[in-house]
Amino acid sequence: MQIEVIVNQKKITLAVDNDEFLADTLRSYGMLSIRKGCDTTCCGLCTVWIEGKPTLSCAMLSFRVNGKHITTIEGVQKEAEKFAEILVAEGAEQCGFCSPGFIMTVLAMKNELNNPTEEEIVHYLTGNLCRCTGYLGQLRAVKKYLEVL
Amino acid sequence: MFTLLNLVQPDTIEEAYNLLTEKRNNIIIGGCGFLRMSSRRISTAVDLSRLSLNYITEQNDYIEIGATTTFRDIETNPILNQYYNGIVPKSLSNIIGVQFRNIVMVGASVYSKYGFSDLLTALLVLDTEVELYKTGRISLKKFLSNSYEKDILTRIFIKKNNSKAVFYYLRNSASDYSILNVAVSRFNNQWKIAVGARPQRATIAQKASESLSEIEMSNGNIEDIATIASKEVIFGTNMRGTANYREAICKVLVKKAIMEVLQCK
Repeated sequence: MQIEVIVNQKKITLAVDNDEFLADTLRSYGMLSIRKGCDTTCCGLCTVWIEGKPTLSCAMLSFRVNGKHITTIEGVQKEAEKFAEILVAEGAEQCGFCSPGFIMTVLAMKNELNNPTEEEIVHYLTGNLCRCTGYLGQLRAVKKYLEVL
Repeated sequence: MFTLLNLVQPDTIEEAYNLLTEKRNNIIIGGCGFLRMSSRRISTAVDLSRLSLNYITEQNDYIEIGATTTFRDIETNPILNQYYNGIVPKSLSNIIGVQFRNIVMVGASVYSKYGFSDLLTALLVLDTEVELYKTGRISLKKFLSNSYEKDILTRIFIKKNNSKAVFYYLRNSASDYSILNVAVSRFNNQWKIAVGARPQRATIAQKASESLSEIEMSNGNIEDIATIASKEVIFGTNMRGTANYREAICKVLVKKAIMEVLQCK
């Protein structure tokens, strides 16, 4: 079947299978920032925004996004760069495999929560796993990022 | 990975039901968070997203939740946060992450009667009913005890009242499945104790609930009730815990939950 979606403000038509997931659709379209880390819907690496809401693209059937707005990290590049600089400065980036999904969740949190507490930040980011950093550096970076906004 | 041969998005619930019952391996699909891990071969998948069932509304006597409402919608809903000490949003706010809860649909979770469901445990201690297209409106308790029959869960109704309720869980890590869930509620001195993730589906600890509604409260009595609950509920063993471990944890969580409900204002 064919679906029409608006990916990063650009309207595109994509051919998808009935049982195809959005992560695969977007990757085959060239959006390689979307990573597949777990295949069990628990790592958050494939996070994209659908209508502004952070969503696991590995568990979203592609036909369901027909007519919707999708944002990947390529669509929020400036904002992502600003946060990524802080992430690096705080030593919170090692292999970087989880970074695109993590950054998309942090930016979504910034849009959704007003002055989140540390507890709220940790709760919001629970769905993003990182096997390198131990999370403390990430938490420092997020707090700093929210301060400098 | 599952295989999906045909896909239909009906415009009416009747159409959806006819499609569902046409073939044995036709199913209704929800958020697909769990289904995606199976290797099922599905003849026709029926998607309900055109039926406008994504809503939470406050009626005179009930809070009504449409079947395609996501867990995240429930978690952030002000009405549900206001009633029953926010037990419904609290019960699902630790399920994996925000991105996952933006996908999972309440109808699919309840209809599937998953043993690991946190939400079912919380809903059981409230006055909850489910509406099924063919069967009609029945209590959640009856629905859970009925055998599986092909039907479509369209709405969930939670009676509005002044119930005080709390939800406890034990997990190995923040976003893992629960080893055990416990919910306790009190309304007009009628108590309900529910135990879930046993790992079988959630159930009411009937004897303990009735005893609790009749006794004078004291530390010793509460301990006795917690023991009754842990003895009357049947537990099983899986990779997360043994039946004996669950029984021991149940006693502790029930006691804690009762004591917290007593403090609820």
